[in-house]
Amino acid sequence: MKTDDLVEALSARAAPVDFREVGRRIALAATSGLIVAAVAILIGLGPRSGLATAGAWAFLCVKVAFAAGIAATAAIYLSKLSRPGGAPRHEIWFVVLPFLAIMGLALVSLGTAPASHWSRMVAGDAWLECLVSIPVIAVVPFALTMWAVRQAAPTDLRRAGAFAGLVAGGISAIAYALHCTDDSLPFVAVWYGGTIIVCTLAGALLGPRLLRW
Amino acid sequence: MTADETELKTLMLASQRGDAAAYRALLAKLAPRLRGYYKRRLTGVGRSADEAEDLVQETLIAIHLKRQTYDPGALFTPWLHAIARYKLIDFLRSNRMSRMDVPIDDHHDLMAADDHASAEGTHDMTKLLDRLPKRTRQAIEAVKLEGNSVAETAARYGMSESNVKISIHRGLKALAALIGRDSSG
Repeated sequence: MKTDDLVEALSARAAPVDFREVGRRIALAATSGLIVAAVAILIGLGPRSGLATAGAWAFLCVKVAFAAGIAATAAIYLSKLSRPGGAPRHEIWFVVLPFLAIMGLALVSLGTAPASHWSRMVAGDAWLECLVSIPVIAVVPFALTMWAVRQAAPTDLRRAGAFAGLVAGGISAIAYALHCTDDSLPFVAVWYGGTIIVCTLAGALLGPRLLRW
Repeated sequence: MTADETELKTLMLASQRGDAAAYRALLAKLAPRLRGYYKRRLTGVGRSADEAEDLVQETLIAIHLKRQTYDPGALFTPWLHAIARYKLIDFLRSNRMSRMDVPIDDHHDLMAADDHASAEGTHDMTKLLDRLPKRTRQAIEAVKLEGNSVAETAARYGMSESNVKISIHRGLKALAALIGRDSSG
């Protein structure tokens, strides 16, 4: 077919479009992913115990703030990556900040505790459950986020996939915090941080295959 | 900021609002730029410039389907270049070439020169055409693909000239819809 005819055909379909749709779809995917993940955790593993104490509430808040900080900054960056041309590289630092904050807090916490407590503070009671739950629960938010990114037009598929994984990992960690009773900052830094990074790597591997358009 | 950027961005913003005339003008201006860009890049990696037309058409369709991803707060030509380059790399990869073969370029390369030597793309229109109603398909084939006049076509199929024109117009719209559905699905 002649290119001129294609131009005619396409311009006959110049329906108005809204540039905010890219961000809205990603926000919608992340929100529904969070609901699915939270329901799965609460039904599958049950809500955490010990919420009668202020300390437990404080730790719940720290965990949710850390995970939500990652999910939110990653989702904002992802909505830029989903447009052709991508996002400014220096803005990646906003996404790194929550990791640096939790690692700093974990080091302070280890530094103020006797060395004999360290292994217990890092391993907690349920490191294995955390290691398995966060990546597994992340699957649905990941699928929803990837679907939203596919509707847009990412041109760096590996990076877009990685950030979709990061969003999903963060969302999954918010949900897991509702169940988790390991109230120690080094635990959160190692197992929450580590599993979120696993989700990011999985996203980077799957991105080029799943996001092609 | 170049005059190109200002002009194309104005057209793009109007296109996003649904202004068909601006959209037609925009695509008509982009096609020769893309053609020049792809011919240079393809010959640069030792491929035939004839393949450029398919890439031009594929990129125009991509621009159409993804036009909501242009952020009015950003420059237009880098957005366009990112799509053009993405489609080029995708094309070369599916033809077993590495992106290492594609020289680093930027949106200035895209704006470098127009190439008006429009050619036929081999985009598989025959399959899409088969899905149109018979009269519409005949009219498009006769006029747009075989290059007959509207009067000849009207005589051949016993239709009035205005019916042929209407059929073509509706058919092109339906084709664009089919292209959109195929590419996004």
